[in-house]
Amino acid sequence: MIYQDSKTLLEIRGLRATVNGIEILKGIDLTVKFGEVHAIMGTNGSGKSTLAKVLAGHDAYQVTGGSVAFEGNDLFDLKPEERARAGVFLAFQYPVEIPGVANSHFLRLAYNTVQAQRGKDELDPLEFDDLVREKMKLLDMNPDFLDRGVNEGFSGGEKKRNEILQMALLEPRLAILDETDSGLDIDALRIVTKGVNRLANKDNAIILVTHYQRLLNYIVPDYVHVMEAGRIIKTGDKELALDLENRGYDWVGAEQRAAVEA
Amino acid sequence: MSAVLQKLVNQPYKHGFVTEIESDIAPKGLNEDIIRLISSKKEEPEWLLEFRLKAYEQWLKMEEPRWPNVKYPKIDFQSISYYAAPKQKKKLNSMDEVDPELLRTFEKLGVPMHERAALAGVAVDVIFDSVSVATTYKQKLAEVGIIFCSISEAVHEHPDLVKQYLGTVVPVGDNYYAALNSAVFTDGTFCFIPKGVKCPMDLATYFRINTEESGQFERTLIIGAEGSSVSYLEGCTAPKFDTNQLHAAVVELVALDNADIKYSTVQNWYAGDENGMGGIYNFVTKRGLAKGVNSRISWTQVETGSAITWKYPSCILQGENSVGEFYSVAVTNNYQQADTGTKMVHIGKNTRSTIVSKGISAGHSNNSYRGLVRIAPTATGARNYSQCDSMLIGDKCGAHTFPYIQVRNQEAKVEHEASTSKIGEDQLFYFAQRGIGSEEAVSMIINGFCKDVFQQLPMEFAVEATKLLGFKLEGSVG
Repeated sequence: MIYQDSKTLLEIRGLRATVNGIEILKGIDLTVKFGEVHAIMGTNGSGKSTLAKVLAGHDAYQVTGGSVAFEGNDLFDLKPEERARAGVFLAFQYPVEIPGVANSHFLRLAYNTVQAQRGKDELDPLEFDDLVREKMKLLDMNPDFLDRGVNEGFSGGEKKRNEILQMALLEPRLAILDETDSGLDIDALRIVTKGVNRLANKDNAIILVTHYQRLLNYIVPDYVHVMEAGRIIKTGDKELALDLENRGYDWVGAEQRAAVEA
Repeated sequence: MSAVLQKLVNQPYKHGFVTEIESDIAPKGLNEDIIRLISSKKEEPEWLLEFRLKAYEQWLKMEEPRWPNVKYPKIDFQSISYYAAPKQKKKLNSMDEVDPELLRTFEKLGVPMHERAALAGVAVDVIFDSVSVATTYKQKLAEVGIIFCSISEAVHEHPDLVKQYLGTVVPVGDNYYAALNSAVFTDGTFCFIPKGVKCPMDLATYFRINTEESGQFERTLIIGAEGSSVSYLEGCTAPKFDTNQLHAAVVELVALDNADIKYSTVQNWYAGDENGMGGIYNFVTKRGLAKGVNSRISWTQVETGSAITWKYPSCILQGENSVGEFYSVAVTNNYQQADTGTKMVHIGKNTRSTIVSKGISAGHSNNSYRGLVRIAPTATGARNYSQCDSMLIGDKCGAHTFPYIQVRNQEAKVEHEASTSKIGEDQLFYFAQRGIGSEEAVSMIINGFCKDVFQQLPMEFAVEATKLLGFKLEGSVG
């Protein structure tokens, strides 16, 4: 939701990044204020997921230009774990499996690490168990998943729910959801998006990276950005997403090229 | 391999100090005279000298095994001293008479002796270089009829028992290093649990090699009489030297009807430096004979040290319904090499065995699992389950699996599962994205990987093993 006088949470200016020497991001500008929901759409290979990973600090990507300020501070001064502790959260498109590490243990360690950073009390296993079970109800999750390995043998839908559960526990400032809708059936999509909507408030912001408009029926964006070849080529409101759904992506690119030539 | 991984594996070895203590060292080299010298220093009976000489005779005819997947220069057996003992004026009657310098050494190592032993509830035998220096709790154990002492002492005090069982599980000519050990073994632990006695506390031995250019050849013999049970632990450390020291031990276990022997090892011999200089050659023969019906022998090992490890704690399942278990974590880093595993030989009917092996390789190291499951024609209804998992950290190390399965009975059931995984950048990034740094992430992944084995260890050892792995792999993840 757009709030009057809301402060800027994230300010991206002219961001360029490469992977294996190939430039993927070619100058991204984006401003996200507290309370807002931004959708970033685009075809495969347009650079959407790269943007998500660069913000989170994946070391396969090299930042070659531009700047990113997070609450006024240079995001690139922080290591990935420091960004997470500062409140940057990435819900992964493909969450990795970590066999043998119990979910409950992993979730508690992540939770306590972030709590400690915020100067809040850490929870012992019993206290944490109460908290996590309450959050799991929100996402309609089976409690036995706490004893399983992190994402180990999870279905696609379970992995995505686990990501949103972590978001619910860590209460990030900025949540970047990378293709969270992919691999979800319609019931799971409804549950997951309901969870996200309950977490959105005026003290945080959400960036949805998605391919399809479908997700935006459930989480309504304030802004929709279309990416192509490493740039944001069009920004609009939720109507733009509907246009994309009906007309595809080609016309946006054509329109933009026409504008450049004119 | 990324820098975090690298940093994580490289933690300095903290047991690498040498104790300044006067030692009685035999001249280097091996021949009949040296064997006679060892035997006479220990005031041994004639039969034991004959045992040694017979072993030596066989050893001379044998060749060093070349089949393990390890590489090292040829060992010059004439440049090793086969006997090194801390000098002491007289036989010790109590712990208070032990050289204080020695006690300080063991304190540094965290060996619980004195009241610390009482608090920990663990009876400890301590072997320093070649000699047993202190056995705690002996009196208390004797009240229930348990004999727990150094093997040299047992030779004098309980010669019939030693004579009856020594060399029955691992014969003198079993293999090259077992023959060498049988010829020159200096000390070790002897343990006898009488009929129907459940040992009221864990028994432990700590081994320490202190002298450069000396070998350590200890011999352990544990006998569980009918219906008895015991849990035995051993820990090993050594100072840092640029040269390699040889450690060739033999451990024999005998479980009679309904007896249960659990043997746990945390091996942290000096592994050499990051360039592969120095470190212990750990060539060990460990074997248990599940002789009686319903007997059980269980090996648990956490192998983190040594430049080279060559070791296969095995079970001969002779009694009907007997059970053999092998739980192992082997960690190698830098230029360490490990070729370790087990043998489960099923002879009796309805014998069962379980093998769970976890190998972790980092740096330039090589880690091999080698295991044999043999089902004899007599072993109707025998079952085996084996699981071998390897984990790689970085891209310069190796993991290898050599399973040998020989089934000669139609009604036996043998299962083998294996997996190889790698601690990936993506796993570490996932942890980082949740605020968890790479060191903690690696430690969590490794502990998760080893969980099935760690839960077999007695509580205190499990804690120690977890810490040890953390140290061991510190700096290996990038």
